[in-house]
Amino acid sequence: MRKPQRLLREGLIQSAARHPEKTALIVEGQEYTYGQLLDTSCRVARALLDRGVKRGDRVAVYMDNTWPCITSIYGILLAGGAFLMINPQTKADKLQYILRDSGATVLMTDGHLSRQFVRAVQGLPALRAIIASGNLPESEQLPVTLDLFALVIEETFPLDEPTFVIPNDLAALIYTSGSTGNPKGVMQTHQAMVFAAWSLIEYLRLSEQDRILLVLPLAFDYGLYQLLMAMKLGATLIVERSFTFPGQIYKKMHEEHATVFPGVPTIFATMISGHRKKELIFPEITRITNTAAALPADFIPWLQEIFPNALIYKMYGLTECKRVSYLEPELVHDKPTSVGQAIPGTEVFLRTLDGKPVPPGEPGILYVRGPHVMAGYWNQPELTGEMLKPGLLPGERILCTGDWFSMDEDGFLYFSGRSDDIIKTRGEKVSPVEVEQILHGIDGIKEAVVVGVDDEQLGQAICAFVVVRAGCELSDRRIKKMCLARLENFMVPKYIVELSEMPKTANGKIDKKQLLQSIQS
Amino acid sequence: MNEITTKIRLFIFENFLFDADEEDLKNDDSFLDQGIIDSTGVLELVEWLEDTFDITVDDDELIPENLDSVNQLAAYITRKT
Repeated sequence: MRKPQRLLREGLIQSAARHPEKTALIVEGQEYTYGQLLDTSCRVARALLDRGVKRGDRVAVYMDNTWPCITSIYGILLAGGAFLMINPQTKADKLQYILRDSGATVLMTDGHLSRQFVRAVQGLPALRAIIASGNLPESEQLPVTLDLFALVIEETFPLDEPTFVIPNDLAALIYTSGSTGNPKGVMQTHQAMVFAAWSLIEYLRLSEQDRILLVLPLAFDYGLYQLLMAMKLGATLIVERSFTFPGQIYKKMHEEHATVFPGVPTIFATMISGHRKKELIFPEITRITNTAAALPADFIPWLQEIFPNALIYKMYGLTECKRVSYLEPELVHDKPTSVGQAIPGTEVFLRTLDGKPVPPGEPGILYVRGPHVMAGYWNQPELTGEMLKPGLLPGERILCTGDWFSMDEDGFLYFSGRSDDIIKTRGEKVSPVEVEQILHGIDGIKEAVVVGVDDEQLGQAICAFVVVRAGCELSDRRIKKMCLARLENFMVPKYIVELSEMPKTANGKIDKKQLLQSIQS
Repeated sequence: MNEITTKIRLFIFENFLFDADEEDLKNDDSFLDQGIIDSTGVLELVEWLEDTFDITVDDDELIPENLDSVNQLAAYITRKT
């Protein structure tokens, strides 16, 4: 009898037992079998236990999409810990905030990120050790021991028996931007993540034969789940660092015979503009998926030319429940503006602001019910209370997304807007408050307001309005540079508009609406 | 440092590093590793290459071997011009 999968790591363990010699991963051109992946992950696991990691401990992964990154994720799970993924573009201050907030005991990272992590790891009481891939540029002063990944793997024997955990235990903390400015750690248990991954596999019709091409960061849950799904299916994952060099990705897509290509609108926009210059065609791809931002309906005919044999999936989700809905690909022409229906095994409904049911076609707040809903935000009971509401059964909690939707007679969802002012750019969530805080920290800036403006390539572009103190001179470039030193690249404003004063409402608040109108006109 | 290299450095600093210190970027530093250029950055880079050096950059040429450091860019431009 085949054992059911209860824990995330069992996806890998079972596939490795079934076919240890099969290629699990192709990372930057290098192939790794299931056997190798499990073996190295078990070495990472023992190395973590040697460094004091215990059941439930958080271990941070601040890495690019690499082999050490993937083996770290599974190593942490085998050691009974919960992993937290931090985007490698994160700068020192925010990295330190996340490390402190999560209480991570070990940091897994890359040597080439040392400029940031060396500053971030100072003064963290919970942190015991760092393991870094690659090389370190020079000897750095660190408050805890740092070992090189390659040496650790060579010197450590694989762990024989994974640390005991049960499906209710925490598997991951996934940090996401919040409207308050500080990122929040979404707590996901094993059972929630195992459930979500199988639900996705079902509607994406994935199988062991699939070869998924990953260009999204593993630090983004959309990227992470490609790994989790591929490994539990026993499929093959082709891992690239990013979509930065499209020529490389197109080559890999052909050479490695990829069958599944998950993307975001910015990626598809780049492909379409490339295709209009010189034909691009990938007949072996049988499924493409889109989430993170709405796929414009006029992309569909182009995508069908580029991927003539692919089903096109439009999806919607948020980190707090991984994914909410998907549109059956056969309906992509019948329901061109819909993001579909609830993913298998879950349900969604709309409520008015005071909790009343909403008739078809009318706008309402979207609620999500199912095993994929998060356990809450780490260390943030109040924020958790705003998102998780009492459900149908005693003690049950359902997710209030805060997003406005309408639903047609057939139960298909249509996005109509967010209730907060989070900006979506290149598929990434950006909190205007977080950018404003950095702007306010720049000497010479008196006031700053950040808004999202429509942008063909990015979805939304970040626009900052600033009032500069009298007698100060700040160039756009200088402001951007200061932002880049402290924010992820995608958070740096594309436009900086200098004003002599901010428009105010009658109550003395900054009038964001007027600012938006001023640049749209 | 030759003329092409100087031009490239100037462009990278003006557009991606915003006047950071000269020693912050070595000519063989990987733009990817250092988080300097992302997918929208590459499009800006290509536009600049095409305008400045009067070349056409094919999509197949958008690979790290051509574009991922100052030195790789300089070699690529030299080959194309």
